[in-house]
Amino acid sequence: MTQGCGAISRRDVLKTSAAGAAIAGSLGTGSVALAQADASAPPTAAVRMKVNGKQTSLTLDTRTTLLDTLREHLKLTGTKKGCDHGQCGACTVIVNGRRINSCLTLAVMHEGDEVTTIEGLGTVGDLHPMQAAFVEHDGYQCGYCTPGQICSAVAVLEEIRAGIPSHVTEDIGAAPGMTTLEMRERMSGNICRCGAYSNIAEAMAQVAGVEA
Amino acid sequence: MRPFTYERATSAQDAAAKAAAMPGARFIAGGTNLLDLMKLEIETPGHLIDVNGLGMDQIVETPEGGLRIGALVRNTDLAADRRVRKDYGVLTRALVAGASGQLRNKATTAGNLLQRTRCPYFYDVNMPCNKRKPGSGCGAIGGFSRQLGVIGTSEACIATHPSDMAVAMRVLDASVETMRPDGTTRAIPIAEFHKLPGQTPQTETALEKGELIISVALPKPTGGTHIYRKVRDRASYAFALVSVAAVIGRDGKGAVALGGVAPKPWRVEEADALLSKGAQAVSDRLFADATPREDNAFKIMLAKRTIASVIAEAKG
Repeated sequence: MTQGCGAISRRDVLKTSAAGAAIAGSLGTGSVALAQADASAPPTAAVRMKVNGKQTSLTLDTRTTLLDTLREHLKLTGTKKGCDHGQCGACTVIVNGRRINSCLTLAVMHEGDEVTTIEGLGTVGDLHPMQAAFVEHDGYQCGYCTPGQICSAVAVLEEIRAGIPSHVTEDIGAAPGMTTLEMRERMSGNICRCGAYSNIAEAMAQVAGVEA
Repeated sequence: MRPFTYERATSAQDAAAKAAAMPGARFIAGGTNLLDLMKLEIETPGHLIDVNGLGMDQIVETPEGGLRIGALVRNTDLAADRRVRKDYGVLTRALVAGASGQLRNKATTAGNLLQRTRCPYFYDVNMPCNKRKPGSGCGAIGGFSRQLGVIGTSEACIATHPSDMAVAMRVLDASVETMRPDGTTRAIPIAEFHKLPGQTPQTETALEKGELIISVALPKPTGGTHIYRKVRDRASYAFALVSVAAVIGRDGKGAVALGGVAPKPWRVEEADALLSKGAQAVSDRLFADATPREDNAFKIMLAKRTIASVIAEAKG
């Protein structure tokens, strides 16, 4: 929606040139021109959310997805844009403790929410156990899907611990087991074109403390 | 995506009244389907009414012994509910067979019912589609129809309804409870909620302008074996080629509904009565007057065999 770097977005440029054209066309009736420019500007809305523990306040074009907010406005580029349609899982982040596709939700819908991205899970000097396990087991090749895979993997273990059933849970009356079968099924919304799946499963099993 | 104004609704009636009054207004809850379609400019609302703040996220027991599911209960929470797992297993099974974990965490009960078809001709704005652009024709008829409908379709549209959840709700005789812009409420039996395309495939539900789903009610549980069997091209995270939702009692009697074959969850009550006669009889009745295409005719055989498998499983 906006350019990836620099303080001036493409939209700002378009808005400025639209206002300029309106002023040129109206030959000096400046207030009318500005009113026209405002009327044609895309609607905005304010939103406050906590991202990786830090309170943020933003006024955004209403169309801005949570993904674009993280990447373009907060410069948290760890979260990746893959398909931008909820099919690949590269944009997975954790909101209020639950993993979601950040590409399929508007930032303005997250007033008061707590968002955790890959940057909030661990740091280079202090990796989250899931990050360390991905490194140890080569849970990636190109690495593009990895932030989404790791956010998803962390949340998957919590979902199993919370007793949420899945498609492969044999007895839905009982709590699901912490098994690689359960983990693999629950990770189906995260696609890895390099095919690192078996190593991702090993990394998850290690963090869960079970046999891969 | 086209620009739109945005507001957070303050009450169900406020939301319904505003949606009725403002041209081009749409409700948004989970947003997982609507935003996907807005990015493609298949959906172009000028105003979004965010209903996420309205509560409606609880599952409560009804005086009749059933359950009332709030419109905003997320698919994950509905699937995980202890009472649903115990008494309405087919619903949990259908929910966890659908979408991905991330999507189920966001998608709501009402939104799941209202999701649009995944017909590739509906999704491709360069193609004719009577549902997306009434009167433009149907690219799917004579096109790639492998995923599309074989029964209940029309010469205007052969799209299928993509929901798994709705198929289970159809076999459970759920009703969809709504609020209209004037504040009145009504309950729509799920059998009448989704409309067949006929000559107006753009009209997909019985909802009136501005009418907001507030809950879905399930009748008292009937016992029996609950099964949801979904057949698809991948083991996980794919839409159904064919799915079968069934509740079958020890006496062999019960109910069956199909997904992936029709513009709505496909159930024919006369076919339920044939369950004890076996899959061929049930299937023949379900698919009477079917109009399969070359690419999707296999669905009728696949459905029959899936029903046979489900009946065998219910016998134990």
